[in-house]
Amino acid sequence: MTSTPVRAAPVVARPRRSLRGWRRLPLWLLVGLVCFGSVVPFYLMFVWASHPGSEVFAFPPHLWFGSALDDNFRSLLQITDGKALRHFWNSLYIALVATVTTLFFCSLAGYAFAMYRFRGQRVLFAFILATMLIPPLVMDIPSFLVMNNVLGWVGEPRALWVPGMANAFGIFLMRQYIASALPRELIEAARIDGATEFGIYRKVVLPLIRPILATLGVVTFVGAWNNFKGALIMKLSEPDTLTLPLSLRRLGGGATNANVDWGAIMMLVVITVIPLVIVFLVASRQVISGLTSGAVKD
Amino acid sequence: MSYRLPARPRARFSYTRWQQRFAPYLFVSPFFILFLVFALFPLLFSLYLAFHLWSPLDGLGNWKFVGFENFALALGAQDLFWQTLKNTVWIGLLAGVPQHLVALPLAFVIHQSLRRYQSTLSTILFLPYITNAVAIAIVFATLYSERLGLLNYARGAFGLDPVRWLGDPGMVPYSVAAVVFWRYLGWNVVLYLSGLQAISEDVYEAATVDGAGRWQQFWYITLPLLRPMMFYAFTLTIVGNMQLFEEPFMLLNDGGGSGGAGLTTAMHIFNTAFRDLDLGYASAMSWLLFLAIFALSMVNNLLFSRGGER
Repeated sequence: MTSTPVRAAPVVARPRRSLRGWRRLPLWLLVGLVCFGSVVPFYLMFVWASHPGSEVFAFPPHLWFGSALDDNFRSLLQITDGKALRHFWNSLYIALVATVTTLFFCSLAGYAFAMYRFRGQRVLFAFILATMLIPPLVMDIPSFLVMNNVLGWVGEPRALWVPGMANAFGIFLMRQYIASALPRELIEAARIDGATEFGIYRKVVLPLIRPILATLGVVTFVGAWNNFKGALIMKLSEPDTLTLPLSLRRLGGGATNANVDWGAIMMLVVITVIPLVIVFLVASRQVISGLTSGAVKD
Repeated sequence: MSYRLPARPRARFSYTRWQQRFAPYLFVSPFFILFLVFALFPLLFSLYLAFHLWSPLDGLGNWKFVGFENFALALGAQDLFWQTLKNTVWIGLLAGVPQHLVALPLAFVIHQSLRRYQSTLSTILFLPYITNAVAIAIVFATLYSERLGLLNYARGAFGLDPVRWLGDPGMVPYSVAAVVFWRYLGWNVVLYLSGLQAISEDVYEAATVDGAGRWQQFWYITLPLLRPMMFYAFTLTIVGNMQLFEEPFMLLNDGGGSGGAGLTTAMHIFNTAFRDLDLGYASAMSWLLFLAIFALSMVNNLLFSRGGER
């Protein structure tokens, strides 16, 4: 199955089955309602972040933007001892390193499984797929033990990104794409021209698999950016090592506490969410089609 | 005329051929190295620990063998394990069942009649899936706030009494499930949409020619042909919901709210391991949860393999 299914002939019978004109109104209402529900929490967090903290719970509630954005930002810096941007950077650093290393190792392995014939290939690939059946939760305790008692990485950012650098899902996604999108002749031609094996990967394969790199890149970035439990377990809990999710938990935990500055918290919420929304909106079409092409059985 | 065959050159070491043979092994090796260090060894170790009493403070080697005691304790009545498993399954059902009941028809409607807007709609519906669970839990916690939240404000406008969304143990599972539903609905719609796209138009054309109506087409064509995707989507929901952690943890704190109604098994294991530092017991429970997930997946598998064409 290719990544972007190409519909062959123009569909003739479709108009008979689809509703037209005003008869679509109920559909639009239904779909509109669900979309509204999807978007409203985002809207609210921006509204709240722009009002003074004391008015997040105002009666009647604010439904439009206020003018306290900069006040809230200053207050956020104050209650985090000026570390809010540091936490942003920690998250960004971990997410970027995770993304780059994951793309490199997964595409390399995916390429090997798609384009080489080697002894043990099928067994090794089946093994990688089988590891996807292990629920992540079962890994929490053992990986903490390795980090804590063997490697001593607890409290360090690398505890979050090293274990996932070469992961089964990424390798599978890459293999599926490369096997269907790259012709084997291309690799042969490069060989005849005298390229080294790694050179072929770097100069021929990498540029041609950009779409699927974008998909896996966004997924990895979002996953690493959102990694709350991992940061909690690996104790990235010093003021200087906090990532955004943990920083948010620090400020907004015990949710309905009225003594906290809700304006500042909502500001941090917005800061946490904006990069996700940007990254996703830029690549959403590619991400969705790439993900589902890997999801559908091959 | 006779030629002497030229002496065959001795097979020399060829870098080109050598690297062609070994490159694939080198390329796939990072996964296996990482797996060995960060998965295989730790997994075996955690299985070993499940039969021991141990805290990381005791240091390596100072574990005490207790046989099946950890498992017996978890399965006995005095521990929270069963209660948390019940909570988890209940919240999982409350979030998961409506998710698919809404996602499937929604995807069908979009695919049939709003196809032109499909990618825009997918993007909008997909947004919750990528948001940060902690950030969104804070937003929902404000909405749920008992005296000051928007939800109770709206109820008040209709003359209804306020609800203790996160305070009433009977209400807690619904409140948590609503957030989970909100986050994963779009993901399921997107899955179903891609499943629908894979169904050939010819099948529908043939059915239209044979006089099948809209509903007949849905029941006798769409649903059966969507089975593989439904199986996949159900599996993801089951595996994901059984490990539910971040939403209840953020909405209710690590105790799971009043009466512990929102304490999921994942939270209980987390507390046992990293708050109480009882890693042997926590390991045993995580293996029991693994078995529960496995069993539910098998049930799902059975439901889908019975009566189907394949």
